[in-house]
Amino acid sequence: MSVIQQGVSIVQRALRAVGSHDGWLAGLLLMAGWLALPSLGIAAEGTTAGPTEYRDIPYVGSRNLVWIVAQLHLLLAGFVLGVPMFAWLCEVIAWRGGEKRYDKLAKEFTKLLTSAYSTTALFGGILLFLLVAFYPKLMNYLTDVFFPSFLLYCFLFLLETATLYLYWYGWDAMQDGRKKTLHVFLGFLLNFFALFIMIIPNAWATFQSSPVVIADGTAFERAWAATWNPTWWPINIHRLIANVVLGGYICGAYAGVRYLSVKSPEEREHYDWMGYVGNFIGVFGLLALPFAGYWLMREIYQYNQQMGITLMGGFLSWLFILQAMLIGVLFLGSNYYFWLGITYRIPGSEGKYRRAMLMMLVSLLLCLAVWMTPHSLVASIEEAQKMGGAHHPLLGVLGVMSAKMTVSNLMILITFMSFVMYWRAGKQDTAGWAKLAKAVMGAVLVLASIAVIVLGVWGYFVPAIVRINYFSTSQVLIVIFVILTITPLTALLLKSAKTTTEMVWGSMPPRAGYSLVLNAIMVILLMTLMGYARSSSRVHWHVYGVMRDTSPYAYSPALGSASFIMAFCTFSFCLIVAFIFWVATMGDKYKAAPGPGKGELPHGIPAMAGGAPEERSQR
Amino acid sequence: MGALGKPIILMVAMYAFLKFGLPNIPGSAPLPSSLIFLYLLLTAGGIFMFKTLSGESKDAFWDPIRRFLTGENIGGLQALRYGVFILFPLLVGWQTYGSTAVSDLPPTESRTIHPAPPGEYTGLSNPVPKTPENIMQGKGFYAAYCSPCHGGNFDGKGPAARGFIPAPANFADPTTIAMLQESYLFWRIKKGGVGLPIEGAPWKSAMPRWEVELPDEWIWKIILGEYDGAHQSPRTWE
Repeated sequence: MSVIQQGVSIVQRALRAVGSHDGWLAGLLLMAGWLALPSLGIAAEGTTAGPTEYRDIPYVGSRNLVWIVAQLHLLLAGFVLGVPMFAWLCEVIAWRGGEKRYDKLAKEFTKLLTSAYSTTALFGGILLFLLVAFYPKLMNYLTDVFFPSFLLYCFLFLLETATLYLYWYGWDAMQDGRKKTLHVFLGFLLNFFALFIMIIPNAWATFQSSPVVIADGTAFERAWAATWNPTWWPINIHRLIANVVLGGYICGAYAGVRYLSVKSPEEREHYDWMGYVGNFIGVFGLLALPFAGYWLMREIYQYNQQMGITLMGGFLSWLFILQAMLIGVLFLGSNYYFWLGITYRIPGSEGKYRRAMLMMLVSLLLCLAVWMTPHSLVASIEEAQKMGGAHHPLLGVLGVMSAKMTVSNLMILITFMSFVMYWRAGKQDTAGWAKLAKAVMGAVLVLASIAVIVLGVWGYFVPAIVRINYFSTSQVLIVIFVILTITPLTALLLKSAKTTTEMVWGSMPPRAGYSLVLNAIMVILLMTLMGYARSSSRVHWHVYGVMRDTSPYAYSPALGSASFIMAFCTFSFCLIVAFIFWVATMGDKYKAAPGPGKGELPHGIPAMAGGAPEERSQR
Repeated sequence: MGALGKPIILMVAMYAFLKFGLPNIPGSAPLPSSLIFLYLLLTAGGIFMFKTLSGESKDAFWDPIRRFLTGENIGGLQALRYGVFILFPLLVGWQTYGSTAVSDLPPTESRTIHPAPPGEYTGLSNPVPKTPENIMQGKGFYAAYCSPCHGGNFDGKGPAARGFIPAPANFADPTTIAMLQESYLFWRIKKGGVGLPIEGAPWKSAMPRWEVELPDEWIWKIILGEYDGAHQSPRTWE
């Protein structure tokens, strides 16, 4: 407007200057000035508005759309990075141990990768378009910082895609001798590239939370400084383990669904076994996940007190109670599956282990009760008056990290012992030193549990830094020590053990299948919950402390509305994964169907993702 | 009803313990209903899991429920069955009404006790050296300005404490100031209840805004005195 006013005053001055001359000249000038006014207005719009910072879409809102697409992309990425690890591990077990069923399992899951990979890339592309369209200023800034890593990322994508094609389409062709070695190496390369494909975008995301900005230096130096930010490696490790957990539990859920639907005994056996393997891998990752999460939170707290408090003590702290609930259900579900396995797969074991299972269940529930007890309780005004505030005078002590760390370590120990119990069930020790070994294992377990509890209680009476740096770390080391001591001892014992009851696969009840599905849903919900927590911890910043969010969405959504989006993302992801499984196994069902079918079609089954190798092998 | 007897007794016993037993332990207080519900849910979940571990225990657990609901061979329990069919929907309706009807009671609150401090207060270190003199001086200031509410023993039980809901913070409790950095206390003392950010809603703090009466140096000294008097240490990263 000021430019328009300036223009008007110029015209007025001109009018005054020519006021003494002929009227036609004045009229001409007046007309020229009037005609010039719109052009001044247009110029003013151009100069004051500047480049577009944000765009929006009606009804859904740009933030919600980006949130959903980003979350789905992340979940799919977790899936396509977790499954190759899982598949490669199974292939290596089959390669070294000679058990062909592991190779079949690995192949069955690799089959999913081609369609899953393209779906992930598709969501990645949609996310990129949405980010560029909705947040041009932010994307421009991030491109300035990370341009060299964008190029590297693209290059890695090419390598990963080529390796995946070779790995999958070469499966049958590379089955024997040196070719198999090459195939296993390709599987390693696939995971190697996948690791870097994960950690490069992690740098972009963690930079937004804990930026390291240097003004000087080359583009590469600035990108490297921004990449190596304080939360980069904690996130890398946390996500790497979480991907293993996701891959394992989704494998379990797939097996669970198939187990519930198949009819033939052979298929029931196969999917029962697959469910066991999936649950085992999920639990294997789950045991390490709380340690990685604790390290991440510690780094966040140390990086910025404000962000740490927002997450752990501020308005996001309720998310961690929800998190405890979900992790608790996951631990319970995984143990329940182990216990069902003992009861149903190893006939006659129930009576022997029922008491132990009860003790473990009660211990898990007690631990979970502690983990889920908030520091500040949800209470009515009357209840708060009776308690003398929001903290319960007796149970309030359970609401802080010392208690939470203690019970999470104990739950890990219990779950590990559940697995050991399952491992030992149906076998009788024959080694002469078995009694001594069992006494040592029992003593290690009891002493470790006592030590974890003592450190947890002691943690209340020492400065926070002593608790965080020494006590919590010691608790973790104690648990790792137990796992590393008991696992080889049990393996040695079982080497010479006599099998008294053979494992009967395919005899699990339907609820075992449902528990596998429940576990997978818990993991997905957990990832959506923590995705919200990580993103919301930046509060009103795009890049924490560097670039402020000035859009109308610069507020943290309430937990209720956030839960809606989380549930929507979980549901959508389950649908997408179900679609991928359906597409990938379409060919199998067709081939398995008796009677005429394939032969009637001139070109066999359509070339669905994953169908090619079998197709080729049958020709 | 044999296999159902134990679970029912266990649930009732757990409820009785949480409602009447635990609050009567010395130093305890009644539990809010949200916590009781949480613990009962865990108990019920545990019972369900244990009872369904084997085919026999599952059948022994479910069969009486199934028979009761279908009315199959339950003899004299028919009247009770109809009673449950009538009462259960009424109970659900009453619960729904109770949770949605307009009430004159204030809503249940999930107050954020420790909202995040503003950026300018993060990472500040205490500029006052931790010397015996400064600590003594801090305790003196504490006695004058803070102890009426937070107590001479730093336990939140000062003479004026009874007038406040929620009660003033108990610094001797290892879950309060021991969890926080000194800069956090500096912000809370300086800005008081009125300085709480949006996430601190519903802003239930009667803490005065001490910056209008005390210089910064005194506040830092009070912090030294508080930690020393409560036998706690601030959170640090070294």
